[in-house]
Amino acid sequence: MNHQDIAAVRGIIRSNRRWDLFFAAAGFVALLLGVLAFVTLFGQMVLNGWERLNPDFFMSFPSRRAANAGILSAWVGSLLVMLVTAVSAVPLGVAAGVYLEEYAPKNLVTDIIEINVTNLAGVPSIVYGLLALGVFVYAFGFGQSILTAGLTLGLLILPVIIVATRESLRAIPVHVREGAYGCGATQWQVVRDHLVPYSTPGIMTGVIIGLSRAIGETAPIITIGALTFIAFLPASPISDTAPFINFQWLTSGFTVMPIQMFNWTSRPEEAFQQNAAAAGFILVFMTLMMNGLAIWLRYRLRKSISW
Amino acid sequence: MAQNEKTPPLKAETRNFNFHYGAFHALKNVNLPVVEKKVTALIGPSGCGKSTLLRSFNRMHDLYPGNRYEGEIVFHPDNTNIVDPKVDPIEVRMRIGMVFQKPNPFPKSIYENVAYGLKVRGEKSASVLDDRVESALRGASLWNEVKDRLDKPATALSGGQQQRLCIARCLATDPELLLFDEPTSALDPIATSNIEELITELRERVTILIVTHNMQQAARVSDYTAYMYIGELVEYGVTDDLFMKPKKQATEDYITGRFG
Repeated sequence: MNHQDIAAVRGIIRSNRRWDLFFAAAGFVALLLGVLAFVTLFGQMVLNGWERLNPDFFMSFPSRRAANAGILSAWVGSLLVMLVTAVSAVPLGVAAGVYLEEYAPKNLVTDIIEINVTNLAGVPSIVYGLLALGVFVYAFGFGQSILTAGLTLGLLILPVIIVATRESLRAIPVHVREGAYGCGATQWQVVRDHLVPYSTPGIMTGVIIGLSRAIGETAPIITIGALTFIAFLPASPISDTAPFINFQWLTSGFTVMPIQMFNWTSRPEEAFQQNAAAAGFILVFMTLMMNGLAIWLRYRLRKSISW
Repeated sequence: MAQNEKTPPLKAETRNFNFHYGAFHALKNVNLPVVEKKVTALIGPSGCGKSTLLRSFNRMHDLYPGNRYEGEIVFHPDNTNIVDPKVDPIEVRMRIGMVFQKPNPFPKSIYENVAYGLKVRGEKSASVLDDRVESALRGASLWNEVKDRLDKPATALSGGQQQRLCIARCLATDPELLLFDEPTSALDPIATSNIEELITELRERVTILIVTHNMQQAARVSDYTAYMYIGELVEYGVTDDLFMKPKKQATEDYITGRFG
């Protein structure tokens, strides 16, 4: 290659590089749009609701006077509903995921079930609300309770947990799996001693992502008829007399954060808009914390699992 | 010649053994003796079926659908046909240990790795477990290197140590037959020679069947060698005989590097 050719090649490289620069700039603008939209929304909410963010706001029930109204029943409700959701969806989702991945024979029925599970994740949440209204509220007679809401949201995030479980099982290398079988372990021993422990980080991440979606869900909760004005707390799950835990709270009426917000935004008074903004801030904060927890857990647990 | 001497006691033998991956006929009428307390090496070019044959011995193929065994792998002294569908593969794997191509310690502690086979067999006594773990690690020449960090993750060990740990994991349960599937192909030369030395020592205690793609390794560690080619057992014999004066032209071509 002579000098002239090298100069020509450099020219070509320069013009190719221009596209690098162009795409980097275009990509950056695209990213910025997304980030700016979130920052603006979140910032506005913080600015609007800032004055209301004080301890009283967390410890007060809703009230007709905006200045006295708080989110006590809403955050307690959200917490209890999430508890039911997690307790119902995690065992079901993990068991279903392990079955599909490890035990199910590879045939047409399994394929159909698989496609169904994947599609379930895309079903609009209001449809789950309708289903729950028919099944949990009327057929099973659970009423418009925390139990109904928790189970409904549990169904909603079930596909997320199933998919997360299957993906983390699939990430376990074949040679580790064969090593366990090679020791003479039965399928259940392999699942219990190896596969589930090794896929826990992935499953946990899926669970938390699912829960952080569920905590913001409004439509299905409204459909099952959650109350919007609640000035009482459900019976405490923990008591100071034996047997120390009770399940009365499961049948209690309730409200959750997004419904409380929805309720306030529909009021004409400016002061209620402030309350809604403050509640929104708390809700976003809760979601971000959950996502943060997922990232941290994944990082912590993955450190102890390597191949 | 071997035929004229007293026939050595066999630990296992395959009789007209065939294996199918779905429609693919991977092993064809293989008749291989595995002499007790000796090392038998399987050599041959890639894809010749040596690993397939080895994995048949502990029914690893059962883990995947569409695989089919035909014929017999007879396990002595009880003459169990280990590929008989009526024989529980778990039982087979409890009697026959396997060391894999890639070191595959569990992401658990060193102790838990070695103790796992015993736990599966229902051993709960801590003192028995401690003793067996120690003797297995000693048997795998790993005890001195890990005795102070048994509770540390096994995946932090070097590749060679991990492979010896996997050998210890098998030894802990006192297998009758130990299968090695190219155990040194992922290791450096020093770790390789450690493993080879270990295999030579283990011959005293346990029957060994080893797949290797390294002919020098087969010559160094084995007493008997079988040369396989496209699913067939071409030649079997005492290692020195097979390498020095192979009976078949195909074997000679492979050994001398004219092909393969």
